[in-house]
Amino acid sequence: MLQDDCTPTHIDRTARQGWLRLLSHAPLDLLECELGALTGPHPQWLRRPEIGLVMVQGRIGGTGARFNLGEVTVTRCALRTDPGRITCREVGVAYVLGRSVRHAELAATADALLQDPLTRDRIPSNLLDRIAASLDSEHAKRRAQIRATRVEFFTVARESGATDAP
Amino acid sequence: MSEQTLDLNLQEVGAAFSDPVLSSQAVFRAALAALSRPGRIQSVPHDAQQPPGATPAAAALLLALLDPDCTVWLAPRLAGGAVSAWLRFHTGCRIVSQPAAARFAWSDADQLPLLQQFALGSEFEPEISTTCVVQVKALDERCGWRLSGPGIPGRQRLAVAGLGAGFLAQWQANHNLFPRGIDVLLCAGQFLAALARTTAIEA
Repeated sequence: MLQDDCTPTHIDRTARQGWLRLLSHAPLDLLECELGALTGPHPQWLRRPEIGLVMVQGRIGGTGARFNLGEVTVTRCALRTDPGRITCREVGVAYVLGRSVRHAELAATADALLQDPLTRDRIPSNLLDRIAASLDSEHAKRRAQIRATRVEFFTVARESGATDAP
Repeated sequence: MSEQTLDLNLQEVGAAFSDPVLSSQAVFRAALAALSRPGRIQSVPHDAQQPPGATPAAAALLLALLDPDCTVWLAPRLAGGAVSAWLRFHTGCRIVSQPAAARFAWSDADQLPLLQQFALGSEFEPEISTTCVVQVKALDERCGWRLSGPGIPGRQRLAVAGLGAGFLAQWQANHNLFPRGIDVLLCAGQFLAALARTTAIEA
């Protein structure tokens, strides 16, 4: 597998991975509200938004051998920001789960602006924190829903070597 | 699969075709026409932003033909510039350092290695030889060499500016290897002409 590293040297790679993760998981309406005004009608596409499939691999228990879990839909794009709106030297890249072309465009625009020290302050300073908070609350809500269905098997004691009961 | 991390500087990378499907098909059609009528000049108009040092026709050809399964050898001048990042970003191809390991080669005429250094294919798989995309100064089908062979009714003239003096002898050796041997696509500006391995050249 060839993995190209396209992070410019003046950017901390881990930091960029962090914001790319947040941007790709962020709720679309939040991105649209905070970043919508920063995208112009004519972004310079390096790669127009395209929808494809990515194979997700998993490991049983996190330790077993890799197996193919299934394919997920991913939208990706790469762009330079619309020079009519903002001048930014960097190329923004986005890979977003799902089929939302607009989400990919917004995430890539934010990525470009965050990489260039001259444009970084165009992104609301608390945006990434708000995305993280929103993801945390979503996550907590989902955990609570799942926890409600939890079943404790008090009576079934597993013996070593026995096969799993259905 | 071996995992490999390569630096890819996107700052210099330009855009590819604005309509990837139709443009790739048009370029493929031109390449097909060129290879089936060796020496006949084809035009390859396109709207991709080719990297500095690249001839428009050559850039369009490789953009349309390459995919992640392809290995590409770049001549030193092209390998040192923005060409490599541009190709890898848009096509996902693998750049190799040995001409003999490459399915495609991209070179300026003055940096073209001996043709026999490329992969020549085998008797069983003659199709796995290298396809060379060579950037030349100019092409003219009104004078120059006399070409003959499959795809050429009678004689076809072709003048190529920029190729080294030893090319004809190397081409003769390549031609004699049939069914093995390489095919060459000559590019100047937005024009291209092909030399298939079956094409015989008289000076």
